[in-house]
Amino acid sequence: MMSYKKRFIISLVLSLPLLVDMVMMPFGLMLPAYNWIALVTTTLIMALSAYPFWRSAWASFKHHHANMDTLVAIGTAVAYFYSIFAMFTGRPVYFESAAFVTVFVLLGQVIEESMRDNASSSVEKLLDLQAKDADVVLGDKIVKVPLAKLKVGDLIRVKPGQKIAVDGVIVKGNSSIDESMVTGESMPVRKEVGDDVIGSTLNLDGTFTFKASKVGEDTLLAQIVELVKKAQNSHAPIQKLTDKISDYFVPLVMIASILTFVIWYVCLGSTPVQALLYAVAVIVIACPCALGLATPTALMVGTGRSARAGVLIKNGEVLEEVDRLTAVVFDKTGTITEGKPVVTDIVAENEKEVLQLAASLEEASEHPLASAILAKAKAEKVTLLPTADFISYQGKGVCANISNKDVFVGNKHLVKEKALSEKLKESYDKLQEQGKTVVFVGEAEQVIGLIAIQDAPKKTSKEAIELLNKKGLKTVMLTGDAPKVAEAIAKEVGIKEVIAGVLPAEKAKYIEELKEHETVAFVGDGINDAPALTTADVGIAMGSGTDIAIESGGIVLMKNDLLGVVRALELSQKTFARIKLNLFWAFIYNVIGIPIAAGLFVGVGLTLSPAFAGLAMALSSISVVLSSLLLNRVKLSV
Amino acid sequence: MGKVITVIVAIVLIGFILWWFFDKHEQVEVKAKKTGGNEQEVKITVDGGYSPETVVLQKGVPATLVFERKDPSSCLERVVFSDFGINELLPQNEEKKIKFDTSKAGEFGYACGMNMFHGKVVVK
Ligand SMILES: [Cu+2]
Repeated sequence: MMSYKKRFIISLVLSLPLLVDMVMMPFGLMLPAYNWIALVTTTLIMALSAYPFWRSAWASFKHHHANMDTLVAIGTAVAYFYSIFAMFTGRPVYFESAAFVTVFVLLGQVIEESMRDNASSSVEKLLDLQAKDADVVLGDKIVKVPLAKLKVGDLIRVKPGQKIAVDGVIVKGNSSIDESMVTGESMPVRKEVGDDVIGSTLNLDGTFTFKASKVGEDTLLAQIVELVKKAQNSHAPIQKLTDKISDYFVPLVMIASILTFVIWYVCLGSTPVQALLYAVAVIVIACPCALGLATPTALMVGTGRSARAGVLIKNGEVLEEVDRLTAVVFDKTGTITEGKPVVTDIVAENEKEVLQLAASLEEASEHPLASAILAKAKAEKVTLLPTADFISYQGKGVCANISNKDVFVGNKHLVKEKALSEKLKESYDKLQEQGKTVVFVGEAEQVIGLIAIQDAPKKTSKEAIELLNKKGLKTVMLTGDAPKVAEAIAKEVGIKEVIAGVLPAEKAKYIEELKEHETVAFVGDGINDAPALTTADVGIAMGSGTDIAIESGGIVLMKNDLLGVVRALELSQKTFARIKLNLFWAFIYNVIGIPIAAGLFVGVGLTLSPAFAGLAMALSSISVVLSSLLLNRVKLSV
Repeated sequence: MGKVITVIVAIVLIGFILWWFFDKHEQVEVKAKKTGGNEQEVKITVDGGYSPETVVLQKGVPATLVFERKDPSSCLERVVFSDFGINELLPQNEEKKIKFDTSKAGEFGYACGMNMFHGKVVVK
């Protein structure tokens, strides 16, 4: 069978003589032997371009089904066969109606088809981003190996400007990497030995070697594509409505068309020909495909667009839940905060000295607070001093001799009351108030400085939570931390409500309670918070950037950043809003179009010939697909 | 006289449409055939709908659905199993084999790309 494009071109070319005649008509000119020309060209159009509609209409008729093709087939067949009858009985003919309806409907199909392909291919295009081959290090040689032949454990060298072939861990060298194609993050990321790299991201400036850890279908990109494909073809619950409508739509339109004929001819006394034209227009203008296309095309474009912004939406159901959200609950550690303690304040006469002493003492310690101090020292480029006579007091702190002085670092149990100056005492109380952990640094018996350590919020947390508050969502923090610490962080980022001291296993129970009054989204990491993610109406799993928590959570964020939550909610809402708009438009189009075609507004001079009804029909389904494609251009606030 | 006939014909036509499209018509279920080596296969012809409309598969036995599209309509050129994320192009007049996961029992609907024609796979 011929493609739509071919059928369209044939019908267009063959209908040209009819068009010429139509243009000449107002000038009183007519093609010689117009009827015969029209008969021949229209017959060819019917046989070559319209016949497939008739064929599918008949095939579905036998199954007790009716669809778009049924309507087009009836419309064109009635106009065509009536015209043959009219020609041989000396009445005016309407071949051009049959011809033009075919042309317009096919035009619509051609445009719609290419736009639909466009909508569905956007994610598969991601796979085209993959490198075609990789430079594998074999001993002291480097061999080009095609992508499909790469194995886990291969050592792969990447030069500046090259694509990284598969997922892995850097073993030599460092570089900046552009990961925007996978995570949606536009800033390049600095990576060193031990860091993970993602396949199909772009190496910018350095040369490095990495060890492949995931290849083929296991790579992050392949998993993303799989997930998005599933989402694109999922059902949105709102579609159930259109499923029902489409079952009844076409038969009801046929009945409407029969009634149109009867009312015009029998009740209003118009000529049978006029009544027939109205009836045909009704059949042709009705468009069930716009209704059918409304949801899937928007879902397809919306989920694809989201994936490119680093937001993976699992299915259409999630969109509807997001639309109803009233509260967003956050896990604290690793979600709002960085997930590891850092030094936030140093209070001392000589800050550098205090940091140097503390770091030198803590060098041997494995304590997480110690690593925060050491990291700070490294960042400040402080040199460590040698220590002697090292003593560790379990649960209190450490002492040692540095440059012939007795130095200590520890908590309040190690420090005697009097050893704290008035000024430091004040600072200590203030830092405690902020929910920070404070360690004392002292020389001999005297405290000379304080170091405050905290698992600090991520840079973007505050902005993200403010945006959510502004949207009118209730923001809640759910954490296992002590109330004081939790409240301090909540205040800093602008969270309204804190539920602290919750055991990990109880999180789901608290979500359950919240759900009694609110529609709840839970934001957390996919591994520890899986039960809470599943319990919430919408689970938003934060990705670590290299591994996506595919199982739990209706939405997966590629980047561990709360702005992603804002982005995810906006994209979901916009997609869902587009679905509703499309449905509304498709519905209204039929509700308005059918009465116009039936001649209801003839009193105000508003009528449609069957040919224009066909054009309107084609435009209505094109407009729905176009409206979905516009989701690609939607603007986001972050 | 012509008007009376018109009304009568219209009533008959409307009655026919209501009966043909809305009245329940018998649907046949077709069970998949076993093929060599503990697998099952069932053929579905796509022509103005899916025939058979309902196919029954045995749970746990690897299954292949063989679609053959005879219909030129663009509606039917894709088949979508929304529960499984399957969205396949069915080339006209060619057999297209689609592997079907039978690990879970249940009724799984599928539809054409425009969601106008529906079929059902029952796994039990
Ligand atoms: Cu249409």
